[in-house]
Amino acid sequence: MPAAPLRALRNPGDRAWSALLMVLGGALLAVAGIIVLALWDVARPLGGVVSLKQFVTGQEWDPTSDAFGALAFVYGTVVTSLVAVVVAVPVSVGLGIFLVEMAPARVRPVVSFLIETLAAIPSVVYGLWGLFVLVPWLRTSVEPLLGRALGFLPLFQGPPIGLGYLAAGLILAVMILPTIASITIEVLRTVPSTLREGAYGLGATRWEAIRMAVLPYARSGIVGGALLGLGRALGETMAVTMVIGNSPTIQTSLFAPGYTLPSVIANEFAEATGEVHTAALAGLGLVLFGLTVILNALARLLVQAVGRGPAMGRP
Amino acid sequence: MKKLLVAGLLALAGAAQAADPLLINGAGATFPFPLYSKWFSEYGKQHPDVRFNYQSIGSGGGIQQITRGTVDFGASDAPMTAEELAKLPGVVHVPTVLGAVVVTYNAPVQGLKLTPETLAGIFLGKIAKWNDPALAAVNPGAKLPDLAIAVVHRSDGSGTTSIFTDYLAKVSPEWKSRVGAGKSVKWPAGLGAKGNEGVTGIVKQTPGAVGYVELAYANQNKLPMAELKNHAGVFVKPTIAATSAAAAGVPMPDDFRVSITDAAGKDAYPIASFTYLLVPGDLRDGAKGKAIVQFLWWAVHDGQHLAAPLDYAPLPRAVVEKVSAKLKTLKVQGRPVALGASR
Repeated sequence: MPAAPLRALRNPGDRAWSALLMVLGGALLAVAGIIVLALWDVARPLGGVVSLKQFVTGQEWDPTSDAFGALAFVYGTVVTSLVAVVVAVPVSVGLGIFLVEMAPARVRPVVSFLIETLAAIPSVVYGLWGLFVLVPWLRTSVEPLLGRALGFLPLFQGPPIGLGYLAAGLILAVMILPTIASITIEVLRTVPSTLREGAYGLGATRWEAIRMAVLPYARSGIVGGALLGLGRALGETMAVTMVIGNSPTIQTSLFAPGYTLPSVIANEFAEATGEVHTAALAGLGLVLFGLTVILNALARLLVQAVGRGPAMGRP
Repeated sequence: MKKLLVAGLLALAGAAQAADPLLINGAGATFPFPLYSKWFSEYGKQHPDVRFNYQSIGSGGGIQQITRGTVDFGASDAPMTAEELAKLPGVVHVPTVLGAVVVTYNAPVQGLKLTPETLAGIFLGKIAKWNDPALAAVNPGAKLPDLAIAVVHRSDGSGTTSIFTDYLAKVSPEWKSRVGAGKSVKWPAGLGAKGNEGVTGIVKQTPGAVGYVELAYANQNKLPMAELKNHAGVFVKPTIAATSAAAAGVPMPDDFRVSITDAAGKDAYPIASFTYLLVPGDLRDGAKGKAIVQFLWWAVHDGQHLAAPLDYAPLPRAVVEKVSAKLKTLKVQGRPVALGASR
């Protein structure tokens, strides 16, 4: 973004406008701050039961004996979101390239419309579909097959239950696909056609033009889309709750049941027994907030690193 | 003199507003919600001047709201704990109906029988196969398959879980020390699913699964249910009559806060529980207080006939009498409410 020329601000109207924008921008930060403070306040009784370190690194979650550790939920949240991004990004990018670079003009609006429809489906519907269609399919077909083909990896071992990290990750992949795909399409559309023409002029094939001219230009935008998708995957609650198996354990196999931070909050908050249990759930909310901030920061660094890449990127 | 004037003005105001129905707010348990909404609508037909607004936000939420005084009555599946009572002294528990928790399963076995020991063994993860000798000993003649047992439990905090674990903690010392009882516990085995519908969904599609759901839900969805061996040593099918029988087999304390799991009596189904409405001991708002007490009286008398068609177990005779006596002692602005005999 180009910096606003400072001289323009001498005009009183401009100054008022800029002050208003500043207040609006600040309000956004203030809301985030208020949420954190309110959560902190609710979580305070937890301090008398477990230390911060125990809470963040503990694996035991037993509300009846006041043992509260968040690690299994953090693990589940990160693993399912990563599975989702790993599955959804290649599909979305492929979809974007197909639509922008290859598909005939008549197909484009139809596929775009379908992608946008995916985004409009409520998450509980995804959850039901997952429970009644995806999970049985995973249990009877996909997981036994993966176990036979890739069983030497610790990721694909153990009995095929259907419910678990893999089911949750795949549901999330479908849910974040529209976000990443729409952004990818928009970004690819902004690639100047002179770049493509230049590549063709140098004798590149279509694939070479996409790989060497189009994708490097769109790279940081695509990563940004993946980030938005990751953000949605981290916070998604209902659909994940229905297919992850809700078992607060840390297991390497993607076939095993797990648990995520938003799921446990949604599951236990309504009937939390006593102040400490409620406090622990608010604490999980803070951990989720922190996790999102950390992952977003890491992702920003990644975007910067990608943006600085060697390719001809910038116009 | 001044008091008289105020009372007169209040009466006038009351007369002027007679057209507006009195709105009574309640919040709490989700389990009895279908019955309560039926009650509110039936009672509203007979008493157009009273209208109820009930939010089924869960028992924990109901207790919190009545403690903070943001609702006129609360509702909970489990009686309030001593700790919770300390924050709201004088609260009255009014049992309204009974519910039961049944063990449902997915295996080619007709009329599965379970003892307390085998049930605890399954949920502790110790009995992991359908053809386990312990299960075979309880089900002579049944052809038990060589199939792994997949335990399914509720993942959301729930009164159903509280009743189920309360029972297991009573009958199994190991369960009591390792897991305990509560709305959310640390399950030693199995998968968690959200709500009765989630547990049912997973049990139905997982061969070998065993889970627990509310009796009303199991009846409406025609799920297979295991017979349980009760305290008297008799195998009992989960039915509405057997649930009411459980309440009859337990001595009732004066505050009605009692667990009726593993009840005595040969007809008693062992995993049953009261569900309660919670009202403050001193009802300060005259009109509302009177309406609430009159509604409670109606609910434990006339309202009981509406319970069984909706798969809730009505209160046994003795409990109704005890509750009636309690309602007569309730005071609104220091005076008892006139309550008629039931029709």
